[in-house]
Amino acid sequence: MAFVNWFKRHVVVIAGLLTLAYLLLPNVVVTVFSFNKPNGRFNYEWQQFSTDAWKDPCGVAGLCGSLSLSLQIALWATLGATALGTAIAFALVRYRFRARGAINSLIFLPMAMPEVVMAASLLTLFLNMGAQLGFWTILIAHIMFCLSFVVTAVKARVMSMDPRLEQAAQDLYAGPFQTFVRVTLPIAAPGIAAGALLAFALSFDDFIITNFNAGSTVTFPMFVWGSAQRGTPVQINVVGTAMFVIAVLFVLVSMVLGNRRNRRKA
Amino acid sequence: MSTLTEAPPPLSPPAPEQKPPRRRGRWTPYWLLLPGILWLVVFFAAPMVYQASTSVQTGSLEEGYKVTWHFATYWDALTEYWPQFLRSVAYAASATVLCLLLGYPLAYLIAFRAGRWRNLIMILVIAPFFTSFLIRTLAWKTILADGGPVVGALNTLHVLDVTGWLGWTSGDRVLATPLAVVCGLTYNFLPFMILPLYTSLERIDGRLHEAAGDLYAKPSTVFRKVTFPLSMPGVVSGTLLTFIPATGDYVNASLLGSADTGMIGNVIQSQFLRVLDYPTAAALSFILMAAILAMVTFYIRKSGTEDLV
Repeated sequence: MAFVNWFKRHVVVIAGLLTLAYLLLPNVVVTVFSFNKPNGRFNYEWQQFSTDAWKDPCGVAGLCGSLSLSLQIALWATLGATALGTAIAFALVRYRFRARGAINSLIFLPMAMPEVVMAASLLTLFLNMGAQLGFWTILIAHIMFCLSFVVTAVKARVMSMDPRLEQAAQDLYAGPFQTFVRVTLPIAAPGIAAGALLAFALSFDDFIITNFNAGSTVTFPMFVWGSAQRGTPVQINVVGTAMFVIAVLFVLVSMVLGNRRNRRKA
Repeated sequence: MSTLTEAPPPLSPPAPEQKPPRRRGRWTPYWLLLPGILWLVVFFAAPMVYQASTSVQTGSLEEGYKVTWHFATYWDALTEYWPQFLRSVAYAASATVLCLLLGYPLAYLIAFRAGRWRNLIMILVIAPFFTSFLIRTLAWKTILADGGPVVGALNTLHVLDVTGWLGWTSGDRVLATPLAVVCGLTYNFLPFMILPLYTSLERIDGRLHEAAGDLYAKPSTVFRKVTFPLSMPGVVSGTLLTFIPATGDYVNASLLGSADTGMIGNVIQSQFLRVLDYPTAAALSFILMAAILAMVTFYIRKSGTEDLV
């Protein structure tokens, strides 16, 4: 009876933690299998412990090349989408103008459209234009689908900003440029950073849209996709594990720094 | 003369965010919008129009295509691929329901019960995003492998007998069955359910729960009458964010499924990239888009949160 009562009281916590386990289980498997020494082409069954793949992460032809290509595309796509998206977000929050509704739905639609539809239609356009598929078509596509997410993230932050701070800066004889760089931008920065981080993650991980518009260029997700057919090298798990660890460390460090700054202010 | 220099009293109560009139700034919003909107018009809206025109073309890859308003392509595509359409909707709907059932307790836990663990759990929800989703989906091949612990446990508990009878699995296997595809879809889109749910739950004032408790509501009643209704915006946007991408997904069906579990995304992908039958592919992707828009509109009307989108 005591157990039943305890279970009743904690049922939400138990269910939540089970879901968390479901979410993290593949990551555990990826990590464990990065230390595997597979027998044959596929790394789906545990054979024996080995650190070979960690010592030689670039040992598979094409893996590190595709990784660096994906990083480059994600970097440029982040820059492009963040610049264009931040400008749109500021215009939407700070100004009243005609066609606001139309522009809002144009921003919303790419997020509500299945990726395969966007990918296919963009390919139709590129084929009609006779464009050479590759780096540039991937970059164009990535900026396109990251844009809406950046706008949404930045908009949320700018909306909660007090416009009187900028008026105060102008009352203190700051020019428009000075006001923007020293007041507006620092306040909006967390929103812009969130948008940029989201854009980077989305671009780096995108498979469907890239697969349609890449031609014979191979990004990292496409390399993984191909390896699912040809045979998966252990190095893929090494990269997956490293990405997870880097992401967790990055967030932890930024949180610790944020806490420290808050404490200093307080 | 003084009446001219004095500002007339405002007609409406002055809003605090009212800005002073700027003479130079009239065109500023348009300059800010121009590059981004141009990008979306050229690379998002125009391709849709191109695709619409492609879907009514006839011809061949060698001789080129011409617009002939050949609407029969739509009919042919629909009669040939309706099983894949139905399957996509069924799989995506199952995955969405599972995401809601699994995601709600976790979102609730983060919002109300996690205390100082809140940030850590949030990180653990978001961090898997950064491991390529393809790698994580491939990991499900290991987890659900034939003869593996999961399949063994399901077999011992006779779960596979039931799911096999329902047609979700076949024999002693989970891989290459609908169950595996739905499991992968649920996994992949779960964070898209958890985050909006968390956002809307977090906004709920905890004192409402206390008030309901003071009025002798049982915890289950508090949830049914207070918490759940107030989290509806999160439920609606969460289900949309899972259902829409899940319907168009073809990665899970390819990696975890078999030829019998093909979804509409698989057909569109192979028509576009392997068969090179562009009109059929374009028609299929237009039907998918229209179907999703129709379902989403209906759903938003039904759930009564039109102001959400």
